[in-house]
This record gives sequence, C-alpha cells and structure tokens, in this order.
Amino acid sequence: MDWSALRVSLWLGTGTILVLLPLGIWFGRVLAYRHFRGKLLVEALVTIPLILPPTVLGFYLLVTFGARSPLGRAFQAVIGHPLPFSFEGLLFASAIANIPFVVQPIQRGFEAISPDVRDAAACCGLSPWQRFLRIELPLAWPSVLTAAILTFAHTLGEFGVVLMVGGNLPGETRTLSIAIYDRMQAFDDRSAGIMAATLLVVATITLMVTTILSRQVNSRRG
Amino acid sequence: MGEHGLAVSLRQDGPIPLDVEFSCDPGHVLAIFGPSGSGKTTILRAISGLARPAQARVQAGAETWTDTDAGVFRPPHQRAVGFVFQEYALFPHLTALGNILTALGHRPGPERRTRAEELLDAVHLGKQGSKRPHELSGGERQRVALARALAREPAVLLLDEPFAAVDRAVRRRLQSEIDSLRRTLHVPLILVTHDFDDVARLATHVLMLEHGRSVGYGSLSTLTSRPDQSWLHEAVGPGSVFEAAVSRIDVDRGLVTLAFDGGTLIAPARQLTAATTVRVRVPARDVILATSAPTGLSLHNVLPGIVSAIHGDTTRDAVIVQMTVGRILLLAEVTRDAIRKLDIKVGDHLHALIKSVSIELLVPDANSFDDTGQRTT
Repeated sequence: MDWSALRVSLWLGTGTILVLLPLGIWFGRVLAYRHFRGKLLVEALVTIPLILPPTVLGFYLLVTFGARSPLGRAFQAVIGHPLPFSFEGLLFASAIANIPFVVQPIQRGFEAISPDVRDAAACCGLSPWQRFLRIELPLAWPSVLTAAILTFAHTLGEFGVVLMVGGNLPGETRTLSIAIYDRMQAFDDRSAGIMAATLLVVATITLMVTTILSRQVNSRRG
Repeated sequence: MGEHGLAVSLRQDGPIPLDVEFSCDPGHVLAIFGPSGSGKTTILRAISGLARPAQARVQAGAETWTDTDAGVFRPPHQRAVGFVFQEYALFPHLTALGNILTALGHRPGPERRTRAEELLDAVHLGKQGSKRPHELSGGERQRVALARALAREPAVLLLDEPFAAVDRAVRRRLQSEIDSLRRTLHVPLILVTHDFDDVARLATHVLMLEHGRSVGYGSLSTLTSRPDQSWLHEAVGPGSVFEAAVSRIDVDRGLVTLAFDGGTLIAPARQLTAATTVRVRVPARDVILATSAPTGLSLHNVLPGIVSAIHGDTTRDAVIVQMTVGRILLLAEVTRDAIRKLDIKVGDHLHALIKSVSIELLVPDANSFDDTGQRTT
C-alpha cells in the first residue's frame, strides 16, 4: 500500500475543489444570468475538457506551460516551480480538467432559480451581495455540492492528465491511480489490489456522504 | 398628485412598446387593466426599478426613483416598494417568518422578529410561521407574499394579478382584505389585472391598457360610465359602477335602499349593514329608457335624468346612451331602432327603468381581517 500516493490523491481532490469552487460559482453564475456576445463559444470552451481525451489536454497544457513558453515562465515566477512534474502543476492541470464538472452544474443551479424570486429579493431591499449570499447561494447549494463531489471523484480517478503533466514522482505527483498502474506493471498484483480496494472504499464513502448531504438539503427545502 | 403619491411616465418602443402617464394618491387603488401582453407587468417592473424603459420618470412622494432625462436611477433594493408577484415568488428555502424577516432589513435587528410576527398575525398566519412555502396553500402563500411586501414599509404597493392563482372563494376573501388594506395603509396601491371583477370591486381609478398604450384613464365611475369604451364593453359588457350608501334595510320584503349622489335605488337585500358604503354596478343592457314615467309596473327603480351622450358603434347594432342622473352617469344599451322611434337626442329628459334584481352589489366580505399591519412611522 502506497500511503503517500493516497495522500497525494486526497490532497489533489481537496485542493482542486478549493481552487475551482469559488471560480466555478462566480463563472457559473455569470453564465446563468448574463447575456453577452460570444456566450455560446464560451460555453463550448467550458465543455471541451469533458470530451477531449485527457492525454490531449495534458499535451496542450505541457506545450502552453512548458519551461520555454512565456506562460510557463509566468507560472514558474508565481508558483516557484515549473508546471511539469510538480504538485502545483498537477493541481493547476486538474483544475483545468475539472472546469466542466464545476461550471455546468453550478450554472444549471443558478438558472433554476426563478427570476421572480431574485426580483423579489431585490424588492425586499437586499443588496446584490445580500441577494447572492442569502437567496441565490442557498438555493443553488445542492448544485454547488454536486459540483464539489463530481470534482473530487473525478480527480481521484484522473489518469491521463496526471501522467502527462505530473509524471510519477513519489510523494509529489504519484496519485493512487498512477500507483495502481505502476504496481500492475511491476506484477505486484497484491499492492495494486489493496490500492484499488482503497479507492473503491473512498469512492463509496464519497457517494454516501453526497446522498446524506443532499437529503438534508432537500428536507430543509422540501 | 398628492403629497405622498406616485407619479409615473413611461415611454419605450420595444421589446414591449409602452406609452403611459399616470399618478396615484395614497389610499387610492389604481387598477391597470388590459388583456395579457399589453404591458401591464412591465409598468410595475418599471416602477420598482426591475425594468428600465428608454424614457421613464418615476416619482414617489418627494423622492425621484427614475428620471432618464436627468440620469437618475435608483436600484430596486433602494426603493421602498412592496411588490406582490403573480406567482408570489416566496423564497422556497425560508419559512413564512423567514420570508417576512428578509424584507425587514431596514429595521434595527432586535425589532425585526416582533414585527414579522405582528405581520403574520395580521394576515391570519400567526401559527404557520415555521412552515415553508411548499407546505402552505395558495391563499396562504398569497398572504405571506402580502405580509412580506408590507414588511418593507412601502411607499407604494404593487400587486401583479394577485388573484390569478387562487379559487373563487379565496379570491373574494383576499379582495376584501386588500380593500380594507387600502383604507388603513394610506399608500398608493397599483393593481394589475385582466379581470374586470377585480377592477369593479377594488379600484378607485383605472388605467386601461392596450398594446402598451393608455386607452382610458380616470376614476372608476367616470371610466365605466363613458359610452365609448369599446374594449371594456367587450370584456364585461357596458355598465357604470358607482358608490352608494346603504340607507335602509327592509328585512321583511328582502330589499335594501341605496342612496347615491342624486337619487336612490332599491335592490335585493344581501348581508348588508346600514350606513355602509357599497359599490353598485348597473349593467347597461338592463336599463330601459322611457320618455315619460311609466305607471302600473312592478318596477322599483325609475330614475329621471338627462341624456348626456350617445355612442353608436357601426360594428354593433346596439347604441350606448349615457344619462346623467343626479351626479352619477348611467349607461343604457338600446337598439338603433329604439333611438329612432323615441327620437332620443343629447339633452332629452328621460326616465331610466332598472329592475332591482339586475343591480349588482359588489359587497366586501364580512370575514375580512381588519388589523392589516399598517404603516408605522
């Protein structure tokens, strides 16, 4: 059992949620309520990571953020590591790969709020921020939760992007799914089996927590 | 316009064309009446700042809320409007009490809960405060929406088709609740409706809207007694509406005497109490004209008056005759042939004959609430 790989996987999942959720809430809400030129194109771009093979995504990330590209140098200047073969780079890649899993459910969640309810909130004297915090966010909360869970689950299972961008550095970029592949290559079926089972348990717990939380939300609103 | 009234003027070419100008004094109910798609709701949205017509001026008392010429626009949350939406638009994740509390942000924190409970009591939902909107009936949701709108201590109360989603019995009760609200609240009340029943029972003034344009604007009695309101006539049939005082109730004969400005009418008694004011509607098709006072008829109501207008519509065989009786105006719908035979002209002295049973009494419901959570200052 590769405990460091489990730790990397869990950190990566949690980190992706923390990085992506605030951005996803902001951007999902913009897509739900604003009308602007090129909105269709933006929505298509948001969806692309969903249909692109992860290796293709990884390839473009490496090209765009390679050590010689201006964006790559900028990334290194801000984060302190180059993007390839670092946990930060992996986190960045994972955030990009998960954009559709976060933005789309949150966008649908905000869209589902009746325009009259939002207008009523304004007529009750709530400022735009109060409207967001007291009316919109609580009503969109189940969608935000779904987005978080999807992201976490998807990050645990991600393989292609991780392998392309992160490589296989123990304790840094080797996630559980990489470690399983690694052990299988080495004919270490036992370790691979234990880790696969661990991932199965984590996935089951995640889903159970989701169900319990969404039940609570639903009984609160009926 | 009165001291704390509302004055509105709106103009735009699209998406919904609008061209209206009106005002409403405190204690008055202005009904914006017209078919669906005529721009009624857009007017309410413009008053509350939810819509921004190309040219607009909204003045609430001393405050200017919108003035496109001067570049003034106050966002909705900075306007003291009480808005009751057509589908109520309650916050589904909050309780009835929570919904009302949301509109009390302008009050100091410790007062809010007490005030919210008072308002719930006022709309007879004192025991339902912890329920969420989906646990309430349509009528109850309506009352929560109303209480929430009142919680804002509005300078103007806007009601968008408030009875569209409730059944007839609930509708009657809510109508009388809003009627008593008008008497105690003392703010301008704008009511959007496509149902003339609401207008006849609640409005003091009417703005008739067609394709975003005002096609009639004035007090209810003036407007309903105009002989040329073709759209109104198609919708409900011509007939003037006016107020009358209950002067005598004859229980044995089952009749009530109604005194109006310039005469009396006798109608079948209902549950009326003496010295109250009721609204009376006299359908034009039930008014018969006679050149001299008839004798030997079972009729109670023979009102002498002077013909003040005649309106013949070429598309219809009937002609509308407007008669001044005392200080009210009556409409009578008669055939072209009758006009010719009797040689009726403006200025003629005639008698209007009205069957008692055809007089419509628009009586407030006796079970309405009286404590309406009035504006506190």
